Amino acid sequence: MTESLLRTPLHQAHIAAGARMVAFAGYDMPVQYRDGVLKEHLWTREHAGAFDVSHMGPAFLTLNETTGDPDADHRAVSAIVETLVCGDIAGLKPGQLRYTLLLNAEGGMVDDLMVGRPHLMARQGMLYLVVNAATKDGDFALIEAAAAGKARLTRADDRALIALQGPEAAAVLSLLIPEAGELGFMQFRRFELHGEGVVVSRSGYTGEDGFEILVPAAIAERFWTALLADDRVRPIGLGARDSLRLEAGLPLYGHDADATVSPIEANLAFAVSKKRLKAGDFPGAARIAAERAGELRRLRVGLRVLEGAPAREGAEILDARGETVGRVTSGGFAPSLSAPIAMGFVPPLMATPGAPLQVVVRGKAQPAEVVAMPFVPHRYVRNA
Amino acid sequence: MRFTKDHEWIEVDGDVATVGITAYAADQLGDVVFVETPAVGKSVKKGDGLAVVESVKAASDVYAPVTGEVVDANAALSDTPETVNQSPEGDGWFAKVKLADPSEVDALMDRDAYEAFLATL
Repeated sequence: MTESLLRTPLHQAHIAAGARMVAFAGYDMPVQYRDGVLKEHLWTREHAGAFDVSHMGPAFLTLNETTGDPDADHRAVSAIVETLVCGDIAGLKPGQLRYTLLLNAEGGMVDDLMVGRPHLMARQGMLYLVVNAATKDGDFALIEAAAAGKARLTRADDRALIALQGPEAAAVLSLLIPEAGELGFMQFRRFELHGEGVVVSRSGYTGEDGFEILVPAAIAERFWTALLADDRVRPIGLGARDSLRLEAGLPLYGHDADATVSPIEANLAFAVSKKRLKAGDFPGAARIAAERAGELRRLRVGLRVLEGAPAREGAEILDARGETVGRVTSGGFAPSLSAPIAMGFVPPLMATPGAPLQVVVRGKAQPAEVVAMPFVPHRYVRNA
Repeated sequence: MRFTKDHEWIEVDGDVATVGITAYAADQLGDVVFVETPAVGKSVKKGDGLAVVESVKAASDVYAPVTGEVVDANAALSDTPETVNQSPEGDGWFAKVKLADPSEVDALMDRDAYEAFLATL
């Protein structure tokens, strides 16, 4: 089976580092290295972890014809993407990145993604997009259809996308790309490295400060090796990436959200632009407005499992009387808390911190309670 | 000590077998963060789930290598599940099973046969 899996530009480096490889979204990916998930997780929270996330879907959407007016060109390319997402793309400042949601006509989530407006005036009329690995082909088809005749989508998933996350990430990256440390949270820029262009954003999915760096395949291994040569950096597999994002309260598309789940249900109301909701000009806007007005059936919450085994995806959630009220959508052991945590959907009335619930693991109901997310505080650098 | 292809070990003392997982299995699982041991008095058939070990990522069943009654369980693992990694073939045992049919033990691999089996994986 493995011969049909795609490989990232860093595949050989993972094998050489003793990674345990697994199939993920059609790619042969490192789930852990020799340290194992628990140590890799804690290392990232204390120092810096390097993650190969090249299986994801970076791309550029570029207007076929620009007017030369940077703001008008940005508005024109944003208008294409805004037909598909609920975020304010037109309102992005140069060099700014925004987390947004691709929606279907019913307001269900097709994917979550990053959209960025280039820093350079000469590149206005272009957007930087990063979508999820498992959904990228469908996402790109949707975007291309929306852009037909107006703009072209250039996939960049033949490059390496490397996340460097953790409190020491900025100090490490600044040694290789000095200006990278000047980026504020959710800003990005293009830099030169070894004569190639690299796109560096101050972002990530661990709850820590950090960067995501898009690197041409030709220099990918050289850059990865340079990162790992720093004693503060260790390679981190997808196993710890998942436990880190779970502690950070961040949803994983395909688990904590799917085509039936609205942004409001997914507890991602912050990603719905108020301006655009008022205009009602994105797919499913009517449902989202109704849900915001109180017609909400379920809400994604964080759960602390107070006793017993970790409750994992699919585990039933019961109310205090034992009635089934929902299901766990992701869950596991939180290394930074030394306790089991989970996310799942419950009726809004039970979605308040402290609400007593139960989770069923191997036939046993175990006490749990709703807790505010993130489980572990975010440590993003707001103003660099 | 005898071994199964599912990487359990048993050590027989009289008519009671102590059951655990091998060092190879513990290494494959990674850091153990939770262990569920069986209730004393429970009857298990060879191949039934006997215990559950959980890593950060996943839960894995430990199967009973023999048929019998659980006469003891390693309660210390609920507070110190990491013992399974530190001493898989010693203090990290899961349960003691009173053998219903001692001849079942003969069908299990000895250390040499298990090592040879590992070499094929």
